[in-house]
Amino acid sequence: MQLDELKAIAEKKKASAKKVCLRTCLSAGCISSQSDVLHKNLATEVKAAGLENDVEVRRVGCMGFCGQGPLVGVDHKEGKEELFEFVKPDDAKAIVSHLKGGACDVQKGDPQHPFFAKQVKIVRANGGIVDPENIEDYLAIGGYQALHHALTEMNSESIIDTITKSGLRGRGGAGFPSGIKWGTVAKSPGAKKYVVCNGDEGDPGAFMDRSVLESDPHLVLEGMAIAAHAVGADQGFLYVRAEYPLAISRLQIAIKQAKALGLLGSGIFETPFNFNVDIRIGAGAFVCGEETALLASIEGERGMPRPRPPFPAVKGLWGCPTLLNNVETFANISAIINKGADWYASFGTEKSKGTKVFALTGKIKNNGLIEVPMGIPLRQIVEEMGGGAPDGHSVKSVQTGGPSGGCIPAEHLDTPVDYESLGKLGSIMGSGGMVVMDDTTNMVEIAKFYMEFCMDESCGKCIPCRAGTVQMFHLLEKITQRKATKRDLDKLEELCDMVKNTSLCGLGQTAPNPIQSTLRFFRSEYEALLQPDATGAPVGANGTAKAH
Amino acid sequence: MAAKTLTINGQQVTAEEGATVLQVARDAKINIPTLCHLDGMKDVGACRLCIVEVVGTPKLLPACTTVIAEGMEIKTESDRLRKYRKMTLELLFAERNHVCAVCVANGHCELQTLAYEQGVDHVRYDYLFPKWGVDTTHERFGMDHNRCILCSRCVRACVEIEGAATKSIAGRGAKSKIISDLNEPWGEADSCTSCGKCVQSCPTGALFNKGSTVAEMEHDRSHLDYVVTAREKKLWVTHA
Repeated sequence: MQLDELKAIAEKKKASAKKVCLRTCLSAGCISSQSDVLHKNLATEVKAAGLENDVEVRRVGCMGFCGQGPLVGVDHKEGKEELFEFVKPDDAKAIVSHLKGGACDVQKGDPQHPFFAKQVKIVRANGGIVDPENIEDYLAIGGYQALHHALTEMNSESIIDTITKSGLRGRGGAGFPSGIKWGTVAKSPGAKKYVVCNGDEGDPGAFMDRSVLESDPHLVLEGMAIAAHAVGADQGFLYVRAEYPLAISRLQIAIKQAKALGLLGSGIFETPFNFNVDIRIGAGAFVCGEETALLASIEGERGMPRPRPPFPAVKGLWGCPTLLNNVETFANISAIINKGADWYASFGTEKSKGTKVFALTGKIKNNGLIEVPMGIPLRQIVEEMGGGAPDGHSVKSVQTGGPSGGCIPAEHLDTPVDYESLGKLGSIMGSGGMVVMDDTTNMVEIAKFYMEFCMDESCGKCIPCRAGTVQMFHLLEKITQRKATKRDLDKLEELCDMVKNTSLCGLGQTAPNPIQSTLRFFRSEYEALLQPDATGAPVGANGTAKAH
Repeated sequence: MAAKTLTINGQQVTAEEGATVLQVARDAKINIPTLCHLDGMKDVGACRLCIVEVVGTPKLLPACTTVIAEGMEIKTESDRLRKYRKMTLELLFAERNHVCAVCVANGHCELQTLAYEQGVDHVRYDYLFPKWGVDTTHERFGMDHNRCILCSRCVRACVEIEGAATKSIAGRGAKSKIISDLNEPWGEADSCTSCGKCVQSCPTGALFNKGSTVAEMEHDRSHLDYVVTAREKKLWVTHA
């Protein structure tokens, strides 16, 4: 494969575009509402109406507005765009007759809704537009040209330099500067190196990575290939959780198609660069999203973390230097190579560059996936894009970062969404889960929910996490059952501090965050549930409560 | 190999490159409590009792897996470390059913010794009293899961020293359990060589030699009978 051949395929695909394109979301969310049947029905109806030559019926990935699904987008060649919401399989006929000018009572959505209009799409630019099972769609929008550029015009140093300058930080949650990580792997001595993509997304309420993998698998593969060239690796692993079967099958198709065109495999673009990607499927353990546990799992061991250092960048898979990034991090790479570090760095804040994908869920009117520039005030996301809490309720808090994160109270909604600002409030950026809670939510119950999750998902290797989470959960249960005293609350806080500081891996070290953050902002809710102890001392903010 | 110089609790020590903080501390006769560490086996950094403070590092590091570096300043004792170690031990006592008075390892138990050493005089957490079984299907050894602290020393002894890999861990979190082969009764685990290394590596009374536990003693009265009869019949008179 040469660049001109690649471009020829792209041009041919573009030239074959029909007058109208009917895009049906065939991501896991919409499929659960029968969008697969709808897609088939649309194809049948188009044929029945004799419109095959004018209308393309395309399978696409996630369009983002999942709460309104199944979604069907209609692109007219002259530029007009329409959106249909809550489309049922039986609506196919009405939509096709609408194309011929007939009446249609299917609910119409607004493609200019703030939910869409406020987004800046880099990672999800092709989501809902390309057919994830057809590489030609990806090539038609310029796919794999960044890889060609990286292989022929750039070397390891210049690629890493570009990534560093772009300010990209790891999107898995911790926000480690990607350029520095890449540089470390490139510099680590070793004949064999690996590139690993972490697709073991497990935070409750988070589905960003699933959507990217289901909607645009080639974007991730291209990012991994560029990374492999930069760090000197020739083998990649995509670790995807078993609960994402559609993502896995689309990745398998994508890898096969890319190999067939010589975009993966040996001598890519007729350079000496070889790169193969294999899929590894997780077996249902949340802890395997932790990098050292993930590597152990790929090696065929029990998925348990090990102490760092040595970091995977120095000693990873089978002791070799290994670059491990999240799905979304890899999905940013080709855009940075194509458009440059300065372009990417023009989005976001001083220390948090680019965009971030969030799964906006919970007690909010507009549910779905959004990609927003870093630094956007939380209020814009929740109130303007999300439309606030439904049924006349008010937003009480926003939870970010899943079981490792915290709850940001409504009075802090003007906080810009970036790594530092969220950290200051005791939460984290996390991988992108954003769960909105309304005024009916009991924050102690929320803390208990997350603690139960951590307790169940602790691997059991280190004592603070294994036994500490159990005790913390029991104390929370005691509080919610109104059987606890101030001493129990003190004990809980002491355990939070201990588990955070002594646990082996990130799971345990961050497990107390939901408790600590709800205690910070909603302490009175805990205190209201406490009972007087044996001495009869009063409880509550102006009682014996210690100032923290 | 290059030598590295560092300080532990203000005491200057020199050690070979690649040594761990634990090795260097023990060579210098500085005690750091451990439970999952056992000389001769790979360290896993699981029990968190050997955590130490390293100046310039915000996180506490396990001494057993932290490799020394030039100029490192290590503190093995502080109020905070003592508090965390004590809490760790309390969590262990509350987690399963550790009753010293009826334990085969009473007086020879590392958990018990550490509790004395670290001043654990009571446990502030609710005892969980889980229901764990005892596997006595092996002809020579037994495993009492109630006393297991999941240090994984038996697992490592089995795979690293004996090379049998009979023992492993199933389940996760507090439900983790040491198993034999594919979670079979120990006595039916074909890969077990009955070498007993797991029993020797166990820090508590979870793994034991049969016949040595409380209430296991059986009297052999026929032995007395034999002795008396033999004496009467002068069976042991030596012949000149």
